[in-house]
Amino acid sequence: MTPSLSRRTGSQSALVRGLRNSRSLIGLGMIGAIIALAIVGPALAPYSPSELVGVPYDIPNPDTLLGTDSLGRDVLSRFLYGGRNLVWMAIAATTLGLSIGIAIGMASAYFKGMTDEILMRLVDIQLAFPSVVFALLFVTMLGPSPLLLVILVGVSQAPSVARITRGAALGVVERDYVQWARAVGIPTRRILMSEVLPNITSPLLVELGLRLMWSISLLAGLSFLGYGIQPPNADWGLMVNESRNALTIQPWAVLAPILAIATLSIGGNMFAEGMSRAIGRTEGTK
Amino acid sequence: MTNASRAASRTIRGWLVRRSALAILMLLIVSFLIFCATQALPGDVALIVLGKEASADQVQMVRQQLNLDQPVLVQYLRWLTALLQGDFGTSLVSRVPVTDILLPRIMNSFFIVTLSMAVAVPVSLALGVLTATRKDGLADRTIMAGSIMVNALPEFVLGLFLVLLLSTSVFHVFPAVSLLSPGKPIWTQTDRLAMPVITLILLQVTYLYRLVRGTVIDVLQTEYVQFAALKGMSPRRILFRHVLPNALVPAIQAAGTIFAFSVGGVVVIEYVFGFPGLGTALADAVGMRDIPVVQAAVLVISVTFFVVNIITDIVSFMLTPPGRGGRN
Repeated sequence: MTPSLSRRTGSQSALVRGLRNSRSLIGLGMIGAIIALAIVGPALAPYSPSELVGVPYDIPNPDTLLGTDSLGRDVLSRFLYGGRNLVWMAIAATTLGLSIGIAIGMASAYFKGMTDEILMRLVDIQLAFPSVVFALLFVTMLGPSPLLLVILVGVSQAPSVARITRGAALGVVERDYVQWARAVGIPTRRILMSEVLPNITSPLLVELGLRLMWSISLLAGLSFLGYGIQPPNADWGLMVNESRNALTIQPWAVLAPILAIATLSIGGNMFAEGMSRAIGRTEGTK
Repeated sequence: MTNASRAASRTIRGWLVRRSALAILMLLIVSFLIFCATQALPGDVALIVLGKEASADQVQMVRQQLNLDQPVLVQYLRWLTALLQGDFGTSLVSRVPVTDILLPRIMNSFFIVTLSMAVAVPVSLALGVLTATRKDGLADRTIMAGSIMVNALPEFVLGLFLVLLLSTSVFHVFPAVSLLSPGKPIWTQTDRLAMPVITLILLQVTYLYRLVRGTVIDVLQTEYVQFAALKGMSPRRILFRHVLPNALVPAIQAAGTIFAFSVGGVVVIEYVFGFPGLGTALADAVGMRDIPVVQAAVLVISVTFFVVNIITDIVSFMLTPPGRGGRN
């Protein structure tokens, strides 16, 4: 078998193999369900998310199935609208974090020496900030625009991805086919993209699940602190912030969004768990 | 002293020196980054802080206080020199020295983080050993599934679930809001501390116990433990002689990690319960664009985070003999 053939089948089946584990499948299902809810939700909402439909903190009744919030807006409608921003921002931030992290990690492993040293110290600096604090620092003066939040969350996810990528890629860059490609002068970019990257997909799939989970946590947390999506928009984290003082009178305004956020982040974590188990097992038996 | 041990102590000293030098350099870069993110921005910083309706006097005062009329590098150096002399500036909002605002807050946060760690570390050790020795049993699998779920939750979601469970309709055990009464020492107000501390403990235990469990499982499979069992050593002695000392090293390393992430996580957790700590001080200051308070709070958190990571590194370097897991 030629090396390239074995590599291609190996990388493709990393996802398939991982999904054979029931945990990762359930995790993916949970994520899928919430994404579907976020996309379809607005079409199903009985009212507009900003419309005042009743008295504040009304308990669930036939008109407003989940009751009303602090201003008398329909909780169900706000809930159905409120996932959109979180979902797209989390996906965008995770993609950004993975891209930066993979680029840094592969460059570090491939070029070694000074490049490696400098890149890894950069990673250390970013790791000196807890992610929430890092985001708050920049939001202070620049204001919480969705784009800035995506960038901040993405950048704060990158160091962990970079470390994992570097660790996995260190073994791959020593292999014969990479050395051969280097010797015959194939452009570095192509070596990294088509020789190195396909061989480190397994740990990166685990990382994907974890990063998605952290992005959701972080974005929802910032919204909850009041530094995410701004009122009067509907957003799950913001809904919790607005209604948490009425937890005893009208728990639904808080419970609905936190259940959705919990499903999303537990889904991400289960996907990662299942993946790492499936990969660990097959690699262990090899 | 033998040659070998002299060489070993020299490598340790060399490593320590290099590690500390690098740490100081990195802290300088961190401080510069904090400064740049808040003060070296395009546009008029004073106007961003005060809004467009600010009077000329107010703008002038902020400019003067933050040295905004100087070049950025001069601003940074003045800020840094003042910091090194213990002067964190004055709040733009309350006109009170930043140290007066933050010091009690830091003590409060430090108190709940340390208290939670004091409970979480021994509990995790015990739980990790217990579940490892009953690996794949019903209890082990239930606790594992539960801990994975708890760990996946954002801090505020976990906190609010606990509020729903412990402070509202289900059981009314603790007050949901942790506003402290000023004037009374913090440790006498146990009911106010309960919710944030329980949330922290849950987050810490669910992470730490899994690491302990993993290590114990590994140690139990080593040849020396198997040999000890074969030669008839009692399970209890195996546990105390072989398993626990080995499980302690990763536990200490992880405890450092946990302390560090609790320092970050505490921001959101304090906010959930309205606990007057460093985290709520930062969250409030961000909203009011109170630059000196934000700078100081972020600096304190990241320096703590950074220093704890280094201490963890050093401790684990000392615990693992040179050449067997150290960096050289």
